[in-house]
Amino acid sequence: MIQAEAKKINVWYGDFHALKEISMTFKPNTVTALIGPSGCGKSTFLRLFNRMNDLISNFRLEGLITVDGENIYSKDAKIDEIRKGIGMVFQKPNPFPKSIYENVAYGLRVNGINDRKTVDETVERSLRQAALWDEVKDDLKKSAMSISGGQQQRLCIARALAVQPRLILMDEPASALDPISTAKIEELIFELKKAYTIIIVTHNLQQAGRISDYTGFFYLGEMIEHDKTQKIFLNPGNERTQNYITGRFG
Amino acid sequence: MKNYRIIVEKFVEGVLFSSSTITSLTVILIIVFLFREGIGLFHGSPLEKDFVIAVSKQNPIQELDAAKVKAIFNQDITNWSKVGGANDSIILFTTSDITNYYSEEELGSALEFLPKKLNDFIVSHPGAIMYVSGKSLPPGFNGHRIKIKDITIPGFVFGRQWYPTSEPIPSYGIWPMIIGTLMVTLGALLFAIPLGIATAIYMAEVADIRIRNILKPVIELLSGIPSVVFGFFGLIVIVPLIQQTFHLIVGETVLAGSIVLGIMALPTIITITEDSLRTIPQSLKEASLALGATRWQTLVRVVIPYAKSGISTAIILGIGRAIGETMAVLMVTGNASNIPHSFLVPARTIPATIAAELGEAPYGGMHFKALFALGIVLFLFTIVINFTVEFIKNSKKEIRS
Amino acid sequence: MTKKRLIQKIAFITFGFISLLVVGILVTILGFITIRGIGVVNWEFLTAMPKDGMTKGGIFPAIVGTGCLVMGSMIFAFPIGVLSGIYTNEYLKDSWLKRFIRMMTNNLAGIPSIVFGLFGMALFVNYLKFGDSIIAGSLTLGLLTLPVVIRTTEEALKSVEDSLRMGSYALGATKLQTIKRVVLPVAYPNIITGLILSIGRVSGETAPILFTVAAYFLPKLPSSLSDQVMALPYHLYVLATSGTNMIETRPMAYGTAFVLVAIVLIVNTTASLLRRFLQKKVKMD
Repeated sequence: MIQAEAKKINVWYGDFHALKEISMTFKPNTVTALIGPSGCGKSTFLRLFNRMNDLISNFRLEGLITVDGENIYSKDAKIDEIRKGIGMVFQKPNPFPKSIYENVAYGLRVNGINDRKTVDETVERSLRQAALWDEVKDDLKKSAMSISGGQQQRLCIARALAVQPRLILMDEPASALDPISTAKIEELIFELKKAYTIIIVTHNLQQAGRISDYTGFFYLGEMIEHDKTQKIFLNPGNERTQNYITGRFG
Repeated sequence: MKNYRIIVEKFVEGVLFSSSTITSLTVILIIVFLFREGIGLFHGSPLEKDFVIAVSKQNPIQELDAAKVKAIFNQDITNWSKVGGANDSIILFTTSDITNYYSEEELGSALEFLPKKLNDFIVSHPGAIMYVSGKSLPPGFNGHRIKIKDITIPGFVFGRQWYPTSEPIPSYGIWPMIIGTLMVTLGALLFAIPLGIATAIYMAEVADIRIRNILKPVIELLSGIPSVVFGFFGLIVIVPLIQQTFHLIVGETVLAGSIVLGIMALPTIITITEDSLRTIPQSLKEASLALGATRWQTLVRVVIPYAKSGISTAIILGIGRAIGETMAVLMVTGNASNIPHSFLVPARTIPATIAAELGEAPYGGMHFKALFALGIVLFLFTIVINFTVEFIKNSKKEIRS
Repeated sequence: MTKKRLIQKIAFITFGFISLLVVGILVTILGFITIRGIGVVNWEFLTAMPKDGMTKGGIFPAIVGTGCLVMGSMIFAFPIGVLSGIYTNEYLKDSWLKRFIRMMTNNLAGIPSIVFGLFGMALFVNYLKFGDSIIAGSLTLGLLTLPVVIRTTEEALKSVEDSLRMGSYALGATKLQTIKRVVLPVAYPNIITGLILSIGRVSGETAPILFTVAAYFLPKLPSSLSDQVMALPYHLYVLATSGTNMIETRPMAYGTAFVLVAIVLIVNTTASLLRRFLQKKVKMD
């Protein structure tokens, strides 16, 4: 079974060929880590899955991306519908300058769901899933800016969960956090795997090793190797992967 | 050598520092000089220099306020009992009336008997009120001068009549101008805020870079056009248009002023709003889009709330621009000193009044002082606006930190 | 769900339309003034004295007068403004003094031009007894422009990256040397552009000169700083509202308005061309 798939992906920014001939599949209830040095295209690749690159004016794509068998770049695809179905967590916590409650409810409201009971229930469920409920349940009306960075990032995860995504994209979700908050996020990713499929971009190789089932190694816009995480880390099939994993370049 | 360098550094720093004090100094000097010239309005007789108002010795009234004097000379009050005196009808008398009572021979060829005749007049007409030059009253004059109450600040601000040159007593009430200024400004904002904010949003969030590169210089150009040119355009194009559209006798109206001012406030509102919309972090917008919001929903629910304080600053500075604008308004609003009751009647604003009348007001006279007092009022308006902007900026900083 | 996309479409089209309207307003004003005015402008109009109750002749003394006022105010405002901008941005740390100076500068910028006119009259014309003169008018206009010059300078200096300053300090340069050799050479294109733009502003101001220098009708050129002069914006005001023969002075008014608009256009274009040229030069060096 396949949750999401990329087939022969080529991406250009103007003349710059950012991704070259990449094909990859993602199985349900797995965590796939995308690793590689800065500028290798792993974030660009991640952002293909919720069409975030469309915001860049000279972006051009060839190839096919499907989620649940649906071509998300087809002509009649509705971009906001697609994005709604795919959650995203960003590098730095970026809660909206609203209350904690309204942050989580945001995805519902913009999609026309305003029924009080449904929203209440969803907010609680999402916050529980994000392991934040116990910490904020008495402060739901407080500004999201008032909680700690780690809590903010879990709030952003809860926000993404509220719309029940088919796929969750995480772009270095712990890179701006302290070790304790990072550990909490990793624990959370492990829990979320039970219900969701996750693709995570990370710079932190140990993190990739700890949390992912599969790992893809990107280098200069190409995907060098994609396999079970254990295989990649213990017995990589490619010399460049080996060099990267062992820290010869980065 | 080393010493020399330190001295140079210190000297340059001193020069730089003194330059940076000039703005503060100017603000202080502006306050000092506005008050120096304007405050005299509130103590001192509103009468023309040397002129007095006098009544008979038997008349118990010692003091009147300017409005009462005016009413008496307008014959709105015709009996002394109305102003607290005896039940006696009032006889108005100014110097030029003297020939109605005495022949030219009696007054003498060089009016040398005028003081005596004035005395005779007051003796024979105990109910008279005289407005004459104090110099022409004889020693041992059989009457007394009426003390005119000082103009009060509430009387100045809330007075409804502005007749700065009327005889015998001028009135300096600026309420019509305050209302006029506020109405013209309000109208301008009703026009400029939606247009300005919509354009700013379009430039910052909707239009692609090429269209923005066209719009940006256009806005800059619009802000560079002199206000007289706007006034001239308003006078030639907008005023006749309004006159024809609404079938008015005159097209110089509050509406005309509002339209011209609205156009002039646009660049301020657009530039500041656009700048503040650009401060929003890209990731916040992406987070909203990633949840399935459209760009429009992102704009309304995330971008605009985030830029709220910048947008309020833009609006307030737009108000400041509109309140202080002089020439364009002077040229298109008709400058009638009545309280405007609709947008389709003429009105006058505080700055336009100053510009129109200062040239004719004798230096140091009450009218001159009244115009400086108007300047103080205008200055206070802008100070309030500036401090509101400061306040918004500071409170924003607190929220962010 | 198509509803929210429909709303977006309607909103964006409306906003685009409004932006077009704003451009339309500007084009209408410029077009109107140009079409009516350009035919009036010829060599005689630019170089002759007004005559026959300002219905004939030219606007030469007004052009010269405005030129004098621009020069005078710039001589005053440019050095002081630039120095002040350097001081607040480069020397002052974030302290109450910096906030106070900033606040006062902002306050000054917000004061209406007519209040400057009152102030100029009270201080320069009456108190210092300069009388209605070029010097009184120039100083008044100079004070009015000061906040603009200061802000321009500060913005230009702010856009210079701190790492450049640090690099200079690290090599043992003093503050003054750093400013002179590193900061100003990078910032000056933007400063110059800002200064040029403020020329456009000054040449169009009317209210501050009404009672400090502007003459209603004075068909001769000034011979000293204590002379009154005619000025373009005030001349346009006079022609438009209080000429002896409004119908016959109208073409002269259109011509004057066109000259004023042309000045702004020329100034803005020069500024942006110069900025591009200088920035290229800074990069080449």
